[in-house]
Amino acid sequence: MSRIKTFNLPDLGEGLTEGEILAWLVKVGDVIELNQPIVEVETAKAAVEIPAKWAGQVQSIFQPEGATVEVGAPIIAIDTDPGAGPIEESTTGAPASDLPTPSAASLAAVEIAPEEGMVEPGLIGGAAPGGRTAVLVGYGPRTTAAKRRPRKGSVPAQATAAPAAPAPAPAAPVPAAPAVNGNGRAGGPVLAKPPVRKLAKDLGVDLAVLTGSGPLGSITREDVQRAASGSPAAAEPLTVAAPATVAASFGADREQRIPIKGVRKLTAENMSRSAFTAPHVTEFLTVDVTRAMKALDRLRERREWRDVRVSPLLLVAKAVLLAVKRHPMVNSTWAGDEIVVKEYVNLGIAAATERGLIVPNIKDAGRLSLRELADAMTDLVQTAKAGKTSPADMSGGTLTITNVGVFGVDTGTPILPPGESAILAFGAVREQPWVHKGKVKARLVTTLGLSFDHRIIDGELGSKFLRDIGDFLADPEAALLAWT
Amino acid sequence: MAKGDPGAAARSRRAAPRSKRAAAAGEPELVQLLTPEGERIESALGPDGTEYRVDFTDEEYRGLYRDLVLVRKLDAEATALQRQGELGLWASLLGQEAAQVGSGRALRPQDMAFPTYREHGVLYCRGIDPIMPLGLFRGVDQGGWDPNEFKFNMYTIVIGAQTLHATGYAMGVAMDGKTGGDDGEAVIAYFGDGATSQGDVNESFVWASVFNAPLVFFCQNNQYAISEPLERQTRVPLYRRAGGFGFPGVRVDGNDVLASYAVTRHALDNARHGQGPSLIEAYTYRMGAHTTSDDPTRYRIASEVEAWQAKDPIARMKAFLTKQQIADESFFAEVDEQARTESVHLRERVLAMPNPEPVTMFDHVYPNGSSELDEQRAQFSKYMESFEGSAH
Repeated sequence: MSRIKTFNLPDLGEGLTEGEILAWLVKVGDVIELNQPIVEVETAKAAVEIPAKWAGQVQSIFQPEGATVEVGAPIIAIDTDPGAGPIEESTTGAPASDLPTPSAASLAAVEIAPEEGMVEPGLIGGAAPGGRTAVLVGYGPRTTAAKRRPRKGSVPAQATAAPAAPAPAPAAPVPAAPAVNGNGRAGGPVLAKPPVRKLAKDLGVDLAVLTGSGPLGSITREDVQRAASGSPAAAEPLTVAAPATVAASFGADREQRIPIKGVRKLTAENMSRSAFTAPHVTEFLTVDVTRAMKALDRLRERREWRDVRVSPLLLVAKAVLLAVKRHPMVNSTWAGDEIVVKEYVNLGIAAATERGLIVPNIKDAGRLSLRELADAMTDLVQTAKAGKTSPADMSGGTLTITNVGVFGVDTGTPILPPGESAILAFGAVREQPWVHKGKVKARLVTTLGLSFDHRIIDGELGSKFLRDIGDFLADPEAALLAWT
Repeated sequence: MAKGDPGAAARSRRAAPRSKRAAAAGEPELVQLLTPEGERIESALGPDGTEYRVDFTDEEYRGLYRDLVLVRKLDAEATALQRQGELGLWASLLGQEAAQVGSGRALRPQDMAFPTYREHGVLYCRGIDPIMPLGLFRGVDQGGWDPNEFKFNMYTIVIGAQTLHATGYAMGVAMDGKTGGDDGEAVIAYFGDGATSQGDVNESFVWASVFNAPLVFFCQNNQYAISEPLERQTRVPLYRRAGGFGFPGVRVDGNDVLASYAVTRHALDNARHGQGPSLIEAYTYRMGAHTTSDDPTRYRIASEVEAWQAKDPIARMKAFLTKQQIADESFFAEVDEQARTESVHLRERVLAMPNPEPVTMFDHVYPNGSSELDEQRAQFSKYMESFEGSAH
């Protein structure tokens, strides 16, 4: 066993996923005893001192004070036999002592390498606005790769995702926040008596999307029954479980009970929290994108872009990033007693995956060239589809795009990821009759839906932001010339 | 470890001069035999006039001190192991050692104890390997010890539930005719101040009282039900509640191992002689967190913790042993070294605990098995075998 031992942040309180380093009580080079307090860590539950697991000499400290660290990430390396002389290159792969980063040996011993960006506040498993750790109840979803052994004779994940394999059905779960239909309630909990809630649960009706006809807008038994018998499409949330499981497992009662867990549960928690915390406003803009689609075609023809995946979403992302530069306030977080405006844009892209909806983000996307942005988006999608998106990829998002258009719908009223103030839904691009130069012509048209947090963004700002995105998409070349 | 018998001492009523004290100043009803400064009080009166005293040999005094130190050290080691990710959770007994060692040593071999999840000190006194509860909190077994062998029930996580189990058990003891003499059996139920607000505990009081069960209710009042302070649990001192149910109650200084021993011994002897239940309120303080998932600084002020620090059960025992020249520095050093060695040994054994085979979860559900469970076990084994590298 190696004499350098790396200590990973443990789960300090029954189901926590992260902790914040409050203070280091030792420094590199210190000789420490077993159980000597080495670091103060604050979790959602308590601030605690962690005692040293081994006696020895502190070799490296991987996380600075103030960092939010995922459970399981290395925080300190201890040389358990400092008297044995200098550490050989071969064991550590780096000069002994005072290493700013983990040694190769210590990294080899751990699952997750620490990386920058891991510490940023954000949506999934990240810190909540205001620097407090998000409240966690029970066991959060393990977004790191599970160490489970593969099943005998099982097909690797990539193979099932490959186009050659006949997929049981197209896209599995839908990305994008489920649209809340107009129930006239801007926020606050759903009012319904317990028996009505029970009925809704039994009938599979989501109370949050119903309009109550009872006193104080409460939802009545009749409302639920109407929703259950009436148009299910309206009441049904956009997201459903993977089709493979839907088809197979109806019981004798012709009903299926799907346990709420994992990504589904997390999505539900995030969406409920956001929907009833941030006052959402949604605006729509329909844009003629014929010129933009032609510009994309010309881009694809360029030699240096030949191998690059160029999609309309790329242009939308560019439009959002440029519009943010003109209206930085939209890229902000409501932190309770202050508004945190960010210069960097960690651009979230909602993605439908086998596991459900995930929203990885492209770090500091505002600094990327169009080509870099295209590569980053391709990368992000491939990582997500392979189920390899890490918690760091998903934390720290500042503004999100949800591409519901790929499912053939015109637009939606997306719900903000917690901690973000704006989210854009990009609908399908279709040929539609459109007045162009005084005549009705068949043009490529799309509808954008922008939801924003009215605590931060008023109608004027939201409208200008959306308008700018629309202007860019209507004529990207002119907008580029005018804005940059 | 043999201990002095306060019952016998009280019966002999030696004519030695003694300073009788009902209680310490400011807390008129607290039975105390050793002050926080380490001053020995010869005897103390309970609220019903019972005179409490202990008569230990020097060896026995040193034994109690050793118990206190070992129990605290092993507990601290478990807390450290949790912080290092080796245990899922730990409920520390820090500050409550005297109440647990005093009452635990007062038990006779035939007596049965029903603990909460914090009775590590009583468990130690019952002769159970301190590794046992660590398997539970590491998640590799369900507890591990045989309650019948050690006369110590499994840890009960549900607040107050064990008082009902203890009452039923004690009623059974009475029905079996095992009370009525010095060799009679007594039962002790441990719980905390928070549990006194539970229906279970109050129901236990009623049943134990009307059936004259040979049961001692031992309440460690550590002042907090997690974050809820005592004044949100009761308007009267807890021990006085016993009167309303029809049995005696007494408050003892729970940081005084001698008084805790004397009061528990007396109550157990009453029970074993067929005189029914009684309630002991061991007045103490939880110096640490409720569990490792709790942060007491969010609901307790530092000065309160400091005030209780001055009443530390081990410090007062050490001061007493030193003043009376019952023990010297070499003894204290030897005990510390033993504690250190045992805690290191405990740590090593915890780290070496094997993870259970998943299929063993079916093993102890029914004493004689069940065909349905056998089927589930077979299905589960097959499922586990479907993984690559399966040893099955």
